[in-house]
Amino acid sequence: MEFDLLIINGQLIDSGFGFSKKADVGIKDGKIAKIFEPGKLTKKVISAMPKDRVIDATGAIVTPGFVDIHVHFREPGREDKETIQSGSQAAAAGGFTTVCCMPNTSPAIDNQETVKFVTSLAEKGDCRVFCIGAITKNREGKELAEIGDLVKAGVVAISDDGDYVQDPNVMRRALEYAKMFTVPVITHAEDEYLVGEGVMNESYTSSKLGMVGRPAVAEEIAVIRDIKLAGLANSHIHIAHISTAGAVEAVRRGKAEGIKVTAEVAPHHFTLTDELIEKVFDTNLRVNPPIRSENDRQAVIEGLADGTIDCIATDHAPHTDEEKDTTFDGAPPGMIGLETSLALSITELVDKGFLTLPDLLSKMSYNPAQIVGLTPNRLGEGETADLTVFNPDKSWVVKRDKFKSKSKNSPFVGRKLKGKVLATIMEGRVTFQNK
Amino acid sequence: MKLSTRHLLGLEGTPKKDLELILDTAVSFREVLDRPIKKVPPLRGKTVVNLFYEPSTRTRISFDLAEKRLSADSISFSASTSSVKKGESLKDTVRNIEAMKIDMVVVRHKSPGVPYYLTQCMEANIINAGDGQHEHPTQGLLDIFTMRQKYKKIKGLRVLLVGDIKHSRVARSNIWGLQTLGASVAICGPTTLLPYEAEKMGVDIYTNIDEAMEGVDVVNILRIQLERQEAGLFPSQREYTNLFGISRERLKRLNKNFTIMHPGPMNRGVEISNEVADSKESVILSQVTNGQAVRMSVLYLLSGVDEKETPTT
Repeated sequence: MEFDLLIINGQLIDSGFGFSKKADVGIKDGKIAKIFEPGKLTKKVISAMPKDRVIDATGAIVTPGFVDIHVHFREPGREDKETIQSGSQAAAAGGFTTVCCMPNTSPAIDNQETVKFVTSLAEKGDCRVFCIGAITKNREGKELAEIGDLVKAGVVAISDDGDYVQDPNVMRRALEYAKMFTVPVITHAEDEYLVGEGVMNESYTSSKLGMVGRPAVAEEIAVIRDIKLAGLANSHIHIAHISTAGAVEAVRRGKAEGIKVTAEVAPHHFTLTDELIEKVFDTNLRVNPPIRSENDRQAVIEGLADGTIDCIATDHAPHTDEEKDTTFDGAPPGMIGLETSLALSITELVDKGFLTLPDLLSKMSYNPAQIVGLTPNRLGEGETADLTVFNPDKSWVVKRDKFKSKSKNSPFVGRKLKGKVLATIMEGRVTFQNK
Repeated sequence: MKLSTRHLLGLEGTPKKDLELILDTAVSFREVLDRPIKKVPPLRGKTVVNLFYEPSTRTRISFDLAEKRLSADSISFSASTSSVKKGESLKDTVRNIEAMKIDMVVVRHKSPGVPYYLTQCMEANIINAGDGQHEHPTQGLLDIFTMRQKYKKIKGLRVLLVGDIKHSRVARSNIWGLQTLGASVAICGPTTLLPYEAEKMGVDIYTNIDEAMEGVDVVNILRIQLERQEAGLFPSQREYTNLFGISRERLKRLNKNFTIMHPGPMNRGVEISNEVADSKESVILSQVTNGQAVRMSVLYLLSGVDEKETPTT
């Protein structure tokens, strides 16, 4: 058989199937055609292939392509920050073959046309892009959006991310309505009144700096409310970017009570703490929900380890240099994350012994796909060839000019991290390769 | 002697010897202010820009006079009448100003961290004249100078700050500076106007003014802003005055040789009564004069002028 692409000498890890083995992979017509035991793929076949169609994965892991269920591609509306195209390139560079993008674009993804606009642009990109539709019309938190239409157009979840649905009755109705379509409701859980004009975590640090704080309790209260409402509606609630010990505990309790609650965490919440702001006033540290205390950071790590937190999602939020180059309280919140997610996860979670590598890979691929009802990528013959090849031991330094994203707002620039993507393959096509 | 820093961004973390150098040098400059000709030459040929993004009369004039009395060329820039209204970014404004070859910038802005931000994009010496609710180091220094004038030393002094501590840059600078010099600091105000986790600042905390006054040497009274009542942080001005207003009757618990201070501007009848404001224990006007001396001292020391040249020649 002739293959389109060969991945040789790699260690295959599929946490869905539950195996870890040395094997070679032959891809044809966008699918995994054959998985060879070591030695079975002859040198003759390999050397017959054009050099650029053989990926040497010696020392590397071959795994189902990563899925990020929380990104912000700023198209339509703010193409200066990111486009679907540039965002998909950033995703591929980070090892992602699928992303779900949030609807806080301009116009918002609260109607079919905008969904179609985004998905048609994505077809020319380097990553599969699924839309998350708005919960309410224009994300105003008042009237339900035409969720039926949105689901028909292809949205995989609904969310007013960026804002909390402050009216509990609206959230209740959203959870009930969404149940008909079996799409999860994703909540940005921070009580609006309690956070007010807050720009960072409310803590001793914010007190010293004289900055308005966003109390941890604002997230905890919002999460508890939404979990209870999900219980009432018997519907699936997914907690976006969980950041506090209180919220993690609420999810733990909710799961124990049998409520359909899932949660995601962003790498900045398991890596950074708010004391850093005191030292550097780096506007790339401004994000909602804010980076928290050490106690919260450890709690989210524990939540990942014991399964309370189901997946990692970057909340990739591009902003231009001009917008971020200002005072801390004047800068828009958010940081990019697609291209540093794997490395931060390996450096902070795997290397430090909190998660095993297969466990991490579940959280980056299998689990997120399941949460939004997508078929998880798998390493099996006949499966779609969406794979990521990465070296878990390779160190590298994060550099601004290497980002594929249009925006460079990352607080990790200059940091040395471990874990590098070597190649990303989507439907048998190499969407990214590190030469 | 020189300061260990090129800038004055705040009193938190400022070494004791820097604080003492500024205060000691200010003594000479205080003496200059009593002369008929209140002018000395150390900053001749130096250009200082007063970059005020927030309205201010007294601080700006105080710095302006201090600069002129040191013979510097001083220019003021106020945000309301400038290119900022045309949308020029902070960074561009400062870069433009620097391109005019200026030596020092005195900055006041509503956002914490702006003075630090300026040190990252300018070569000039930066002096923080108040950055949001974060710090107002020259106010802290002049308050401490005033206390030192009367009590000779700060170590062991008991100082009480009263009012809206949460939103006060004056309070923060006072707390850091006083603690570094060995004073014992207490704060008092309604719970809603005390900083989150204030106990970590190392201060004693009171919500009852009469208890707070016990054994205190200096009461530094902060202004209550009407906007805080509008934001629901306390129910009415009347209630604030009843619970925390400093009137003559309240002073009886203080130590014998007590002092009343206020950074100004005062809301007479709200946080401080007329009687107390004008009493013999009030050093409020001395604070203003001392502010001049302290600012001259800071400008002089940061400008890096030859240390052998004494300030009074």
